[in-house]
Amino acid sequence: MNLLSKKLGKSDWIGVLVLAAIILVLFPSVFSIFRLNLIGKYLTYAFVAVSLVLLWGNGGILSLGQGVFFGLGGYCMAMFLKLEASDPISTKIQSTPGIPDFMDWNQITQLPFFWKPFYSLTFASFAILLIPALFAFIIGVAMFKRRVGGVYFAIITQAVALILSVLIVGQQGLTGGINGITDLKTLHGWDIRTDSAKYILYYVNGGLLIGCVVFTRWVLSTKFGMLLLALREKEDRVRFSGYDVANFKTLAFCMSAVMCAIGGAMFTLQVGFMSPSFVGITPSIEMVIYTAVGGRLSVLGAVFGTLLVNFAKTFFSEEYPDLWLFLMGATFIGVVLLFPDGLAGVYERYGKPRLQKLIGRRSLKPEPSVGVAAFESGGKHG
Amino acid sequence: MASHEMLTIQGLGVSFDGFKAVDDLNFLVDRNELRVVIGPNGAGKTTLLDLICGKTKATSGTIVFKTLNLTEMKEHDIVRAGVGRKFQTPSIYENLTVAENLEVSFPRGRTAFGALFFQRTADVAERVKQVAEEVLLNDKLEQQAALLSHGQKQWLEIGMLLMQDPELLMLDEPVAGMTVNEREQTAELLNRICKNRSVIVIEHDMEFVRKIAHKVTVLHQGKVIAEGSMEKITADPRVIEVYLGH
Repeated sequence: MNLLSKKLGKSDWIGVLVLAAIILVLFPSVFSIFRLNLIGKYLTYAFVAVSLVLLWGNGGILSLGQGVFFGLGGYCMAMFLKLEASDPISTKIQSTPGIPDFMDWNQITQLPFFWKPFYSLTFASFAILLIPALFAFIIGVAMFKRRVGGVYFAIITQAVALILSVLIVGQQGLTGGINGITDLKTLHGWDIRTDSAKYILYYVNGGLLIGCVVFTRWVLSTKFGMLLLALREKEDRVRFSGYDVANFKTLAFCMSAVMCAIGGAMFTLQVGFMSPSFVGITPSIEMVIYTAVGGRLSVLGAVFGTLLVNFAKTFFSEEYPDLWLFLMGATFIGVVLLFPDGLAGVYERYGKPRLQKLIGRRSLKPEPSVGVAAFESGGKHG
Repeated sequence: MASHEMLTIQGLGVSFDGFKAVDDLNFLVDRNELRVVIGPNGAGKTTLLDLICGKTKATSGTIVFKTLNLTEMKEHDIVRAGVGRKFQTPSIYENLTVAENLEVSFPRGRTAFGALFFQRTADVAERVKQVAEEVLLNDKLEQQAALLSHGQKQWLEIGMLLMQDPELLMLDEPVAGMTVNEREQTAELLNRICKNRSVIVIEHDMEFVRKIAHKVTVLHQGKVIAEGSMEKITADPRVIEVYLGH
């Protein structure tokens, strides 16, 4: 499927433009700022879904611990914001003013050493990108060099997600515990809670997401992307063609981690807090579901899948508060049973032919017969 | 260089849970030689190729390729040194096109970052075309590899190896599942490509072996039991007893 869209070349960009129009023009003009902020939150999950298209859909590496990187990015951002919100004047009622409130509640009297660099926004920005990348690199090297793959890799990433969330909950004085880091107020003096700030953050978030979409598409169009597909199919053939497979997997894993982290940081900024409930097993698996619903080979599908699942979640929970979890479950099962290639598959099969008819054949050239065959066989590995 | 051997194997052994798949094996391949390895099932033929290309680690002995000791090298380094290996079942990337299969095998941009910034320059396209012609797939370049016939898949994999221009080429049953016509063409192909490189072929089809072999090595229970020209091998009573007789 991905190959098919890769061959279509120019119409790729149409897809990206449509996505940009929907996110940057349609949503802001239709929804109130309350809803828009909610959509902004969903779109931060889409970073993870896009990262999974690269890693899982194309590379065949299923990570059930993407929440770890989302969380690391989010926490790095939250630590900076929390320090800014904890200046000595606004925390003067604490027994130790100038440290985050949850530390004070936990009888901590001095700012822990690893918090100190987070006074700097520059450091925090680099940390958002580099700490998850480094962490992914360590896990990647440790696993892939030893040829741990498939289900075992998925289980280990899941264990990492569990360990990190348990660690965060357990170290309440250092991390804010189960409540997370809350009461975030300003970014370099700019109040992030106002409506105008929410608008700006929404656009920044949307822009970054489109950036990640374009980046992922570029990666998939390079020889690196082709090799990812190749090693998903025949890892040994790639190895015995002179490639150090572990390095390729590690780089893909690091790229995906950085994308998740950007999403996490934007989550913190838009929602105003970060908590371990976005780090553990449940969110990590939920994000895999977004990708599956969107179609795991389609970068754009991942974004729409994330939106669809979250819209459904909001709708069901508002309309049927007692039943919504069951309805969500039924939706997932339905999608997986009926549309194994997700939304992207539905679009390729039903949407695109109609669209082509509508636009006429001038802008979208007819596919070669090979492409059609590729699409037919796409179901097998989709 | 003093010796003109491409590959020198001495005292090679490997055991799996006490079972000796290859046992004290000595084996020499010259430059420009096409060697065929035959033997009954379980003789250790595929294991021998696994050992040379690094897929299996030897428990004893040495494998020297030109001047490099392969037993100490990683798989991808062995490939980069000039050893190419075709697997028994055609091992190609079915979801890529023929051209992409060949291009992915081009020996440039082999590091992760190198692949990210790999440019599809004219020499790559030229090489893809040239190899495709060599393996009789020049009119199938844009076709999805999954749609090739079984024989064409075998050729494609040979083509993927040729992209790297290896000095030692190892082919595990290259004509398995081919039609008579395809076997004919493969024999011609192998005779063409063994110029300027050494080739080791594992094969069962004696008719095919007769067409291509410079020299034949017979393996039995992990050991070499006979080696020499086709005439000598087919007349050898031990070979007839363990392999050719049935």
